[in-house]
Amino acid sequence: MFPGSPPVEALRSVNLTVEAGEYVSIVGPSGSGKSTLLNILGLLDRPTDGTYVLDGIDSTELGEGKRCALRGSRIGFVFQSFHLLPHRSALDNVMLSMLYQRVSRTERRRRSIEALNRVGLGHRVDFSPTTLSGGERQRVAIARALVTGPTMLLGDEPTGNLDSATTEAILQLFDELHADGLTLLVITHDHEVSDRAQRTVRMLDGVLGAAPGSGATGG
Amino acid sequence: MADDTIRSSHLGVRDLFGEALSGVLARPGRAALTAAGTVLGVAALVATLGLARTAGNQIVTRFDELAATDVEVESKAADGRVLAQLPWDAEERLTRLNGVRAAGTITEVNRNGALTSSVPINDPLASNEFDLTLFAVSPGAFDAVRATVGSGRIFDSALDDLPVAVLGPGAADDLRINRVSQQPAIFIGDETYVVIGILDNVERRPELLNAVMIPNGLARQLYSVASPASVQIDTDVGAAQLIGSQAALALSPNGPERLDVSVPAEAKAVKAKVEDDVNALFLLLGGVSLLVGALGIANVTLVSVLERVGEIGLRRAVGGARRHIAGQFLVESTMLGFLGGLLGASVGALVIVGVSVAKDWVPVLDPLIPLLAPLAGALVGLVSGVYPALRAASIEPITALRSGM
Repeated sequence: MFPGSPPVEALRSVNLTVEAGEYVSIVGPSGSGKSTLLNILGLLDRPTDGTYVLDGIDSTELGEGKRCALRGSRIGFVFQSFHLLPHRSALDNVMLSMLYQRVSRTERRRRSIEALNRVGLGHRVDFSPTTLSGGERQRVAIARALVTGPTMLLGDEPTGNLDSATTEAILQLFDELHADGLTLLVITHDHEVSDRAQRTVRMLDGVLGAAPGSGATGG
Repeated sequence: MADDTIRSSHLGVRDLFGEALSGVLARPGRAALTAAGTVLGVAALVATLGLARTAGNQIVTRFDELAATDVEVESKAADGRVLAQLPWDAEERLTRLNGVRAAGTITEVNRNGALTSSVPINDPLASNEFDLTLFAVSPGAFDAVRATVGSGRIFDSALDDLPVAVLGPGAADDLRINRVSQQPAIFIGDETYVVIGILDNVERRPELLNAVMIPNGLARQLYSVASPASVQIDTDVGAAQLIGSQAALALSPNGPERLDVSVPAEAKAVKAKVEDDVNALFLLLGGVSLLVGALGIANVTLVSVLERVGEIGLRRAVGGARRHIAGQFLVESTMLGFLGGLLGASVGALVIVGVSVAKDWVPVLDPLIPLLAPLAGALVGLVSGVYPALRAASIEPITALRSGM
């Protein structure tokens, strides 16, 4: 870093309220601040200014340890590149989600099998991720996100690596999860994905605005 | 408010080790290669320490305190004639030298084939006569050969002219004399001696064990012994070389070169020193291999941290704290080091046994070494894991997660 380089304001006056059970998509071009927003929404980073209230808890006031714990228990992440551990079974990958919480091994196992059944992979429990198709891998990842019973599922281009047929299947699963009452927040630049959400928020140069044709406001 | 309901992230010890073990076993081939450096280092150390001990044991058996303080003086002989006569007062002359603990003359007496018995009557039915060697010794010789008295006493200078004898334990057994309280007599040819003591053991001159010993003065009277045959000296540790050079002059001022002085070989000490040097060299070598092993572990762990940024990011995302990530990588590298140490200790022990078999030595290994070696390996792994673990802990999760791994 050169001394005196000006600080970059990635996000400015973002005011977004997501109700429990809502299905929101965030769209925007690269460099618009989506990553930073994801960082903050996922409790992976702390805003320099302002507050982020999750489930009635002001996360900006929490210490690092509690933020970790909050992240682990209330947020389920689904990534573009799945991030499954290649040398572990699908079940192990799902169980990993509860590793850092005080859940007994048998309980972890039981809940993981349940979650894999929920995403339709009950027959692939002991498979290595390397032998699974892209769609199946993303289902394992979704099971991993769901197994902790999170407040919010945070998707970061969840269908970015999938073909359209598989994307449709995953979006179908998202619809089902939404119907079950789960809060979904998906960052994408795929219209096919954002159109399925109840509400779409557009991000441009660090500023949020309601996308045309979306229901509620986010600005 | 609700923050009290949030319980900090937590990683149980069993889970920590389980995760680390899975991490190590995910790439068994790489783990084996990574640990190879530690295996070699620990094997070299264990083998060096063990071989040093084994070889040291060999040297100790040859180069001990008894041998290091043993000086003997005899007259040189040419054409069957002795070149110089040792003096009868050798004991007095030598004990004046600083460094001499004890000295005395030992001379075999020519008894013209006379046999020794403990009864005056020759019984043809029982063999009671024995061909026992007769030695004329000065009182200091008993100390110089480190004799221990089993029964009775040894003679001193006051008894020099009296017909007394001291028996070696073998001779006493032959003559069936086991105590001296009754002042038993023995007969050598026509001469009668009173046995005043029986030796229990001697550490030098084992020929005395089976012999009869009489004072010098008596031997000169009865057998006309011309001069002592040899002088036995017991020196202080480290004084043998010096006494060796001084004794000849003290005993034969006119011709010290005509005496044959045998001193313990200094070469043995030199050899021990060489072994020490070799030992230090190999320890250094072992240390260097261990260092290389540590660098190997550090390097591969660092590479695997960079390869596993996705995993690290994910672990952070599902609630793992930085310390959990650091802990996992530390335990992984420690495990590798421990396994390397375990294997290295085994290889080292095999090397010791192999070399010992080839050299016909008795393998000696301090039992602590194979127990400590795996711990040393674990320590190497732990230390070399510190930097990669810190790197892993400092990875920003979102960068890792978006890297598209």
